[in-house]
Amino acid sequence: MTTKGFTEVDANAAQQLLASPERPILIDVREQNEWDAGYLHGATHAPKGTISFAIANIAPDKSAPILLYCAGGVRSAAAAETLAGLGYTNLRSMAGGIKGWSEAGLPVVETTTLTPEQKSRYSRHLLLPGVGAEGQAKLLDARVLLVGAGGLGAPAALYLAAAGVGHLRIIDFDVVEASNLQRQVIHTTERVGMPKVESAAVQIRALNPDVQVEPINGALTVDNVASLLDGVDVVIDGTDTFEARYALNDAAVKLGIPVVHAGVFRFEGQLTVLAPGRGPCYRCLHPTPPPPEMAPGCGVAGVLGVLPGAIGVLQATEALKLLLGIGEPLIGRLLLWDALEGSFTELTVQRDPHCAACGSAATAKGVQS
Amino acid sequence: MSVSVRIPPVLRAHVGGVKVVQMSGATLGEVLSALVVAHADLREQIFESDGALRRWVNVYVDGADARHLAGLETPTPAGIEVVILPAMAGGSR
Repeated sequence: MTTKGFTEVDANAAQQLLASPERPILIDVREQNEWDAGYLHGATHAPKGTISFAIANIAPDKSAPILLYCAGGVRSAAAAETLAGLGYTNLRSMAGGIKGWSEAGLPVVETTTLTPEQKSRYSRHLLLPGVGAEGQAKLLDARVLLVGAGGLGAPAALYLAAAGVGHLRIIDFDVVEASNLQRQVIHTTERVGMPKVESAAVQIRALNPDVQVEPINGALTVDNVASLLDGVDVVIDGTDTFEARYALNDAAVKLGIPVVHAGVFRFEGQLTVLAPGRGPCYRCLHPTPPPPEMAPGCGVAGVLGVLPGAIGVLQATEALKLLLGIGEPLIGRLLLWDALEGSFTELTVQRDPHCAACGSAATAKGVQS
Repeated sequence: MSVSVRIPPVLRAHVGGVKVVQMSGATLGEVLSALVVAHADLREQIFESDGALRRWVNVYVDGADARHLAGLETPTPAGIEVVILPAMAGGSR
């Protein structure tokens, strides 16, 4: 550490640091137009003028190792001095900047593919550690299947569309009814009578033109489930028949596609991520469906409108985590929410080694739901 | 030894509408037996005729699936929570 409160390193030393187990937080302090032209892999963008405000989010721990760079090394040195003044103790500035990095023949300078409109629309994502331009690009490239455009699918679809998930395939066989509007906020009064998937598509396109919507007016069956899952990264299960749920599960297990599962009843909801190979599948939890009187739908039992709203948004949250590869997805964990108590309960769920769908002697092909 | 048994919403009508009932028993089997003695309508919902748990009813003891513990022999020390949780319908309609 010099008297300036930071150390200068050249490009090769910087690369070694970035490859080491104590990889520093890499911060690009250049302006937006410079960042857009290309940046170093894994960098967080915080222009020099804003760094004293942005740093608390990027590095809450003032002793965390931080490596700053700019174009040539002048602004990053100034930014390092600013951070030293704020009490940061483990600071390095890359002498020569990204120019020196490129001249040293070092690789992985990335360019963001986002348009100016997208940079504005997703600006709050771009600020987030773990998302940023790289994460946003992943979302724009992602494909999610929503099974059901009802209580769970409606809020999930809206938030996934808002987040810029580039391709949403939605299947549902219902038409919008007035009784849906108490909770299925993707539909509107004037679209009562319209197929739900078409109504959902109208709303999604109005919300975010980046999203390609593929509305499929029909039911998920064992015959079409494989084609519905084709190319899909994550599934949102908003089904309300056990036949569809088992058909979806068995096909998703075979194709290795994670399903964000949820259920709701009156004032309570539950949620888990069924990730093939990483945790249980639906048949591990429920090898056989309950008799109809044990699992009445909302049309029989009633449901507080916000309940599927909240659970559907939690499903969208889990889907985004899976797509971005961040956080701890609810794999092997079943989250229960009691809205009236205001309490969350977490249960541990495990794979069943004898599971007909994902167990060692899986026979899902012949399994009857 | 008092154990809290959390009743799922779909079965609450059989226990007078309450969410949690207190039962005694050293094992899960004893706790659930006491439960269906106190609330006879639940027997058919929870147990097969041979006394095994119905397969669509999952029971968690202290947050873990009893089938992956010792089933009905799983010990239930005082103060522990038992959660009964059948499969839940979705939210499409």
